[in-house]
Amino acid sequence: MQSMFYERARDRAHALTLGQQAGARYIGGGTNLLDLVKGDVEHPAQLVDISRIGLDAIVETAGGGLLLGAMARNSDTANHPLVRQRYPLLSQALLSGASPQLRNMASIGGNLMQRPRCGYFTDVAFDMCNKRMPGSGCGAREGFNRMHAILGHSPSCIAVNPSDMNVALAALDAKVVIASGSGERVVQLSEFHRLPGSTPQIETVLQPGDMIVAVELPASPFALHAHYLKVRDRASYAFALVSVAAALDIDAGIVRGARIAVGGVAHKPWRLAAAEAALVGKPLSQQSAAMAAALLTAGARGFRDNTFKIKLAQKAVVRALLLAEGRA
Amino acid sequence: MSAHTSIIGQGIDRLDGRLKVTGGARYSAEHPVPRLAQAVIVQSTIASGTVVAIDDSLARSLPGVLLIMTHLNAPRLPMPKQEAGTPAAKPAPLLQDATVKYNGQPVAVVVADTLEHARHAAQRLKIRYAAAPAVLGMQAAKKTLTTPPPRRPGEKTDATRGNAVGAFSQAAVRLDAMYTTPIETHNAMEPHATIAAWHGDELTLWDSSQNISGVQKTAARIFGIAPEKIRVLCPFLGGGFGSKGSAWTHVMLTAMAARLAGTPVKLALERTQMFGPVGSRPMTEQRMRVGASRDGSLKALMHDTVSSNSFVLDFSEPSTTITRSLYATETLQTTQRMATMNVGAHTYTRAPGEASGSFALECAIDEMAYQLKMDPIALRLQNHADRDAEKNLPFSSKSLRECYRVGAEKFGWSRRTPEPRSMRAGRMLVGWGMATATYPANRDAAKASALIRADGTALVRCGTHDLGTGTYTIMTQIAAEALGLPVAKVRFELGDTLQPESPGAGGSKTTASVGPAVHEAARAARAKLVAMAVGDRASPLSGLAPDAVDVVDGWLIDRQRPERREPMVTVIARHGGAAVEAFSEARPGDEKKQYAMHSFGAVFVEVHVDPDLGTIRVPRVVGVYGIGKLMNEKTGHSQLMGGIVWGIGMGLLEKTEMDWRTGRAVNANLADYHVPVNADIGSIDVSVVEEDDPHINVLGAKGIGEIGIVGVAAALSNAVYHATGKRVRDLPITLDKLI
Repeated sequence: MQSMFYERARDRAHALTLGQQAGARYIGGGTNLLDLVKGDVEHPAQLVDISRIGLDAIVETAGGGLLLGAMARNSDTANHPLVRQRYPLLSQALLSGASPQLRNMASIGGNLMQRPRCGYFTDVAFDMCNKRMPGSGCGAREGFNRMHAILGHSPSCIAVNPSDMNVALAALDAKVVIASGSGERVVQLSEFHRLPGSTPQIETVLQPGDMIVAVELPASPFALHAHYLKVRDRASYAFALVSVAAALDIDAGIVRGARIAVGGVAHKPWRLAAAEAALVGKPLSQQSAAMAAALLTAGARGFRDNTFKIKLAQKAVVRALLLAEGRA
Repeated sequence: MSAHTSIIGQGIDRLDGRLKVTGGARYSAEHPVPRLAQAVIVQSTIASGTVVAIDDSLARSLPGVLLIMTHLNAPRLPMPKQEAGTPAAKPAPLLQDATVKYNGQPVAVVVADTLEHARHAAQRLKIRYAAAPAVLGMQAAKKTLTTPPPRRPGEKTDATRGNAVGAFSQAAVRLDAMYTTPIETHNAMEPHATIAAWHGDELTLWDSSQNISGVQKTAARIFGIAPEKIRVLCPFLGGGFGSKGSAWTHVMLTAMAARLAGTPVKLALERTQMFGPVGSRPMTEQRMRVGASRDGSLKALMHDTVSSNSFVLDFSEPSTTITRSLYATETLQTTQRMATMNVGAHTYTRAPGEASGSFALECAIDEMAYQLKMDPIALRLQNHADRDAEKNLPFSSKSLRECYRVGAEKFGWSRRTPEPRSMRAGRMLVGWGMATATYPANRDAAKASALIRADGTALVRCGTHDLGTGTYTIMTQIAAEALGLPVAKVRFELGDTLQPESPGAGGSKTTASVGPAVHEAARAARAKLVAMAVGDRASPLSGLAPDAVDVVDGWLIDRQRPERREPMVTVIARHGGAAVEAFSEARPGDEKKQYAMHSFGAVFVEVHVDPDLGTIRVPRVVGVYGIGKLMNEKTGHSQLMGGIVWGIGMGLLEKTEMDWRTGRAVNANLADYHVPVNADIGSIDVSVVEEDDPHINVLGAKGIGEIGIVGVAAALSNAVYHATGKRVRDLPITLDKLI
């Protein structure tokens, strides 16, 4: 790791000013960024600590939703009474991620910014990674790729977004509130992360100096029928092979609305409107769930070590939907 | 031993527990040394070739940098180039030339005033390589197989009894199957660390080692100085599992850097640096051929193992050893070969050979049981080996039948329906599987000293090791028992080459080797004290025969007339107050010529497999062992349980994922290299059967370090087959192999 400057922002305005400097990076819990700095993967010139500028609040919005401050800790968020009551999906997803120690440090904004865990990215001894060195190639495509993408990948990159939280947020139609020198803007979470395309080094729509200040959760009709299913090799402290955030709005036995987001399969949480629409207007059944799963994974393509994920994702979607409904 | 309740065996709390949980136990990287500089290794990024240029202009200019040591300026060592020997005796390349033999090989050491400065400079060192063709992966390496030397003089690498090929071809029921195990990396909780300090030509090493006298001897040879000039200390270890039995590259490089830098140097490996430079379990391909008659009698047993090997030093995973004597079979054939490739050195890993070999053998026996439609325990009992056919000797003791019986009863085996997919718990497929465990009872020579002081306390010493297993505690118990003192009055010290010499802590032999030495030294000190008393007219015990005197709780007592007694302290005081000291050198006799000596056990597991998602959970394990006497019920059970936990990791989780284009591990961290976490472990019921082995050593202890892991992976695979009908012969058994 190289020497770098560290400055603790006094307030939002100060943070945004500091964030404009060349090579500046905001730091929250540091659970991901510091590892990458030590590993010589990231080289920030300046760390701007935003942990003490009042961004850790969780407050109700007028419309019955919640505003999660960017610095709200993952553990505090998961255990917040209103989160548990209105968004059990998010609570489950957060608690399935990392370890208690990491969740106590990790922030909402930092979790959004988690970088992929691809070994070819995190170990600088590998000389192929288009994220670290654009144009150098993708080490994983022809290498070890058991944990990698089956959907939305590109010749440049087959890494997956490692976050559990993001999958639940995608299913909950969350929005990311972003501050910059020119004011605030709001981006749909599903638009926040990018597919790799030919520029896998650009993982989000954030511009230099942009600071995530909050995640907004709209009022949700899904609190009663939601389930986060994480399939992994180890029972805890392991990244998902496949995860599914499933949420249903059921009235008199009929599905009125559905949300399905799949993690561990793409560079961003994977949603497909057609798959969700296929569930609406009828009771949930094994068949309708399987139909949605098939739609969601249509076009999936695996590599040497991960083709099993296609079938696994389909089975996981079906299971998660049945669990969300309360049947399985 | 005396008639009172024995201290040996009691499940007392580990004596170093408080120190450890309060941070008071000082590990190798934690010793305060004045003027200590920090070192970081720089590792190769190619698997084979040479270093052709090193640009250190930037690195050298960075703040705090004291030394950049490469093959260009490293001290030339007198060590003979092609030293034969085990991993313990031969460190990997030591910057003596530009050759690179594996990806991750240390090619430079950067020393600076702080760890951050050292790491920064290390990352800015520019090294240019000329890559040479590398041999990577089993397919490539198998083209050139070599035969390892026998494990011990007088043994043979391969075994043949009768015409196994012929018997197999004519057997009524046959199995011919290939089993594989991956490279496993030990990942002790405490990363390897060394502090080296020179005082003139004398060297002190604080080294995270389970073989301090081995490190001392190897360092002496490498630096061309007398062993007495080198002191190696390791009072506390955070695990080793075989990976700390060697004098690895980084240990010697630290000493070399300290000499060049002219100041003491510390080098602590990062977790990622433990994947390659400090050993791993070889990967194996094991072909099993088993032939039996219709009634289940084994006619032929053939086991052919190819294990991966490095170009750094030769090491073979002796997976076939277990097959040579575990079952009675009419004919037998085993072969053991090495496939050498450009990877970091392999070395001993908990139950080297038995852990991987039992996976193949005990799965194969289970597969045969299904073919024969026999209960797997019944098949094993039918082929129970009453003698060691390999050595043609009787066993000194063998409680395997009892282990099967007790294990089956505790587990409820009789309620098992053998048909695959026939047992369920809700949605989950339930599988019950079992396997046999065994490990040889080893022993080496060891020395110890015992000192009884005027205040009635004792100090007992041996340069052995406590890997976290409980050596401090059980040696204190053994010494207390032999001295006739309460545990609280006895202090046992270890982990220093100034102490009487001990063998390395490996092969499950610390208790069997050091225990008798401690016992003998303590007994000798006590005998001196008794002699002083009975030969002293002022003593109430005057004139008694020494063996008529008991020593209990610090009192010397006439066994016939217990009211005649006096405290130890009185005896010492009357003799001028000088401490009474005795030394021992305990070594095995010729008992191994008369008996085969093994621990045995049976392990039973229950798995729950999700029929859709393939996830495997292990709600319970029952392990029953015949291991002679346990020295401490609590630490002993914990050690056996730890072996089972690792067995679950080996069966379901662990694999060093290699990128075979570059020879580099892709999951070199604890987030991606999966060892079990608490959530993976259910109930583990460990017990030992009564076993009185008079032949093995004075303590009757066979050693328990390795046997816990043996058989667990096979039992899991057998249970998964029972649950799902799918036979997984390639470890680890991950869910992708089931869906």
